[in-house]
Amino acid sequence: MALVAALRRLAHVKLRDYSPRMAAVTSSVWLTGQRSFTSRTQCLRSDNKVTVNFINRDGEKITVKGSPGDSLLDIVINEDLDFDGFGACEGTLACSTCHLIFDEDVYKNLGPVTDEEMDMLDLAYGLTDTSRLGCQICLTKSMEGMVARVPESVADIRQSKDGSS
Amino acid sequence: MWKLYFFYGKNIKHTLLFQTSFVHVLIHDSVGMNGRGKAPFSSCRPKVCIVGSGPAGFYTAQHLIKARPDVDVDIYERLPVPFGLVRFGVAPDHPEVKNVINTFTQTAKHTCCSFYGNVTVGKDVSVGELQQAYHAVVLSYGAEGNRSMGVPGEDLAGVYSAKDFVGWYNGLPSCQELSPDLSCETAVILGQGNVALDVARILLSPIDILKKTDITQPALEALAESHVRRVLIVGRRGPVQIACTIKELREMVNLPDTRPEMVAADFEGVKDAVKDLPRPRKRLTELMLKTAMEIPGEKEQERRNNASRVWSFRFFRSPIEIMADPDNKRTAGIRLAVNKLEGSGDGARAVLTGEVEDVSCGLVISSIGYKSLPIDPSVPFDSSKAIVPNSMGRVQQAAGLYCSGWLKTGPTGVIATTMNNSFDTARSLVEDMDSGTLDISAAKPGSQSISGLLEKRGVKPVIFSDWEKIDSVEMSRGEAAGKPREKLLTVEEMLGH
Ligand SMILES: Cc1cc2nc3c(=O)[nH]c(=O)nc-3n(C[C@H](O)[C@H](O)[C@H](O)COP(=O)(O)OP(=O)(O)OC[C@H]3O[C@@H](n4cnc5c(N)ncnc54)[C@H](O)[C@@H]3O)c2cc1C
Ligand SMILES: NC(=O)c1ccc[n+]([C@@H]2O[C@H](COP(=O)([O-])OP(=O)(O)OC[C@H]3O[C@@H](n4cnc5c(N)ncnc54)[C@H](OP(=O)(O)O)[C@@H]3O)[C@@H](O)[C@H]2O)c1
Ligand code: FES
Repeated sequence: MALVAALRRLAHVKLRDYSPRMAAVTSSVWLTGQRSFTSRTQCLRSDNKVTVNFINRDGEKITVKGSPGDSLLDIVINEDLDFDGFGACEGTLACSTCHLIFDEDVYKNLGPVTDEEMDMLDLAYGLTDTSRLGCQICLTKSMEGMVARVPESVADIRQSKDGSS
Repeated sequence: MWKLYFFYGKNIKHTLLFQTSFVHVLIHDSVGMNGRGKAPFSSCRPKVCIVGSGPAGFYTAQHLIKARPDVDVDIYERLPVPFGLVRFGVAPDHPEVKNVINTFTQTAKHTCCSFYGNVTVGKDVSVGELQQAYHAVVLSYGAEGNRSMGVPGEDLAGVYSAKDFVGWYNGLPSCQELSPDLSCETAVILGQGNVALDVARILLSPIDILKKTDITQPALEALAESHVRRVLIVGRRGPVQIACTIKELREMVNLPDTRPEMVAADFEGVKDAVKDLPRPRKRLTELMLKTAMEIPGEKEQERRNNASRVWSFRFFRSPIEIMADPDNKRTAGIRLAVNKLEGSGDGARAVLTGEVEDVSCGLVISSIGYKSLPIDPSVPFDSSKAIVPNSMGRVQQAAGLYCSGWLKTGPTGVIATTMNNSFDTARSLVEDMDSGTLDISAAKPGSQSISGLLEKRGVKPVIFSDWEKIDSVEMSRGEAAGKPREKLLTVEEMLGH
C-alpha cells in the first residue's frame, strides 16, 4: 500500500516535470510529492534569488523567492501559492487568470507589454492601468522586493459591494 | 481518523488536512479496481453530485474538494467523454485554451472525485433520484440548445446553427450527420460574438493550418473542398456594440490569405466616440477602425492584394427572411432589415428603418447565442431567461439543489468567467454545509444506489480511467495523422474502448 502511495506521488512529480506550468489550483493532497521536488531544485539554485511579495485576495502578504528568468506564474506554481484558479491556461496567453496589479513605479520596471498581452488583459476582472499578466513577466534582479497584488474575483467584488451598501 | 475529523468539524480541518487525505489515499488504494471502490467509511461522508463535466462542473468540484476535504464528489456526464465545450466548443486552432483540461484531470483523479460518463440526467436517472442519493446536487449541464432567429426560411438546406456547425467540426457525436454544403462562394454568419468569429476563421483558414489541429477528419476534408471565399459577419447593432473580443478580432485581421472588407459608412462618428470608451472596448474599436479605415502600409497592402479570401463585418442589419433558390430547396440569399440605433453605448437598441437589403449567399450560419434547456420537470426553470433561477448558485425554492456555469448565468462568458461563477456556487454550498442550512447529518448512499439504478436500466457508466483509454487511442490516431488528436466521432466507438 505504501508503495502504491509512493509511486503515485512519484507519478505526480513526473507529470509536473513535463508540464512545469501546471495551473496553481492543486490541493495539498496532490502537492505533497511536489513540495520536496521543488525544494530540492531550489537548494541547487538558491544563490541568485529574487524576493517577490504577493498580496493574496484576503490581503495577506506572502513573501517568496524566485530565480531570474522565472515568470511570476512559475513562482506561484513552484511555491504552491494557493490563488484559486490562477494560471488556467498554463502561461500560454489564453486566459487572463494570472492577472496581477502593481504599484506604478514597479509597473514601469516590468518591461514592455505586447499587443497580445494587452488583448488578454482586456478580459481580466478589475483591470487597472498598472495591471499585467503574471505569466508574461520574467523575473530580473532589478525586481528585488517587488509587490504583486492578486485582484479580487467578481464574486469578491460583488460581495464587498453588498457589504458596504 | 475520519470519525475524529467529522466530529471536530470545521475548526481543525486545516491541521488534519494532510493526515486525513493521506489516510484516504491508503484506504482508497486498498479497495476496488481502478480506485473506484468506495472506502469503507464513505457512507458517513457528505455526498455531492454534479451534473455535467464542462468547466462549470470541474471548477465546482475543484473548489468543493479543496474547501471540504471530507466531501465525496461524483460528476455525471451525458457523453462518454468529459470536458464539455472545452472539447466540443473551443476552436481546434486554440489548443492553449484547452490546457485547462490538465487541471480538470487532476480534479477527476482526486481520491474524493469520481466521473460517470454516458449517463444522461433527466433520462437515465432523474434529478429527484439524485437528490435522494446525495446531500446536494449541483446542476452544471451548460447550454445545449440555441436561440433561433424565428424568420421564414430558417429550415432551408444551407442554414445551420453555429452550435451544430461547431459541434460538427469539433466531433460532437450528435452533429456528425450535418455534413454542411460548402459549395457556395458566399457565407453569411448572423451574430458578431466570438463564436461567430470562430466559425468565420474555420471557414477561411488555410487548410495547412487546420490540418495540424484536432479538427475532425471529415470536417478537414470538407473544408479542403470548400468553395467559400467570402464570409460576411452580420450584426444588428454597430461597431461600438460588437460582441467579440479583441484577441479574436486580431486573429481575423492577421489570418493568412484573407483580407478585410468593410463598409466605411458603418464607422461614421465612431472615431469621436472612441476616446470616452473604457479600455477594452476602446482598444477593440481602435483595431476595427484601423482595419476598416486606414490605408495599409505597403507590405500589408500587398498581402491584402494577394489574398484569395475575404471577410467583412456588416453592421446595423437584422435577418428577416432566408430566400430559397427557384426550386425552393436551397438557400440562395438572405433579406436583411436595415437598422438604426436608439440610445448609445452598450445599451443601444436596434430599431428598424423600414429599408431592406438582399444579399446572395448559399450558406447561412446563425450564431446569435446558445440556450440552456430544462432537463427535468422537477427543477425550477426560468424560460424567459433560459436559466435555472438562483441566488449565488442556490436554486430558488429547492433546498439541496445548486447550479453553476452557463446554466446559472446564461450562455455568455469565457472559461475564466465560468470558473469564477462556479467557485461562487461551491462557496455557497460549503457555506450551507458549514452552517447546517444543508443537512448532512444523515448518511446518504451516493453513487452506490445510483449505480444500482443505472444497472437495472441497462446504462453502463464510463469512468475516468475508461476516458483515459479513449484519450490515448485518440492521441495515437492523431499522432499517426500528424495532429494532436483524432477524435472518436460516435458514442458507440467511444464505448468500444
Ligand atoms: C463555440 C464556443 C467556443 C468557445 N471558445 C472559448 C475559448 O476559446 N475560450 C474561452 O475562455 N471560452 C470559450 N468558450 C466559452 C466556454 O466554453 C464556456 O464558458 C464554458 O464551457 C461553460 O461551461 P459549462 O460547464 O457551463 O458548460 P459546458 O461546457 O457546455 O458543459 C456542460 C456539460 O454538461 C453535459 N450535459 C448536458 N446535458 C446533460 C445531462 N442531461 N446529463 C448529464 N450531463 C449533461 C454536457 O455534455 C457538457 O459536457 C466557448 C464557447 C463556445 C460555445
Ligand atoms: N475565444 C474565446 O474566448 C471565445 C470563443 C467563443 C465563445 N466565447 C464566449 O462564449 C460566449 C458565447 O459566445 P456567442 O458568440 O455565442 O455569444 P455572444 O458573445 O453573446 O454574441 C451573440 C451575438 O448574437 C447577436 N444576437 C443575439 N440575439 C440576436 C437576435 N435576436 N438577432 C440578431 N442578433 C442577435 C448579438 O448581438 P447583440 O449584441 O446586438 O445582442 C451578438 O452579436 C461569449 O461570452 C464568448 O466570449 C469565447
Ligand atoms: S496563465 Fe493564462 S494568460 Fe497567463
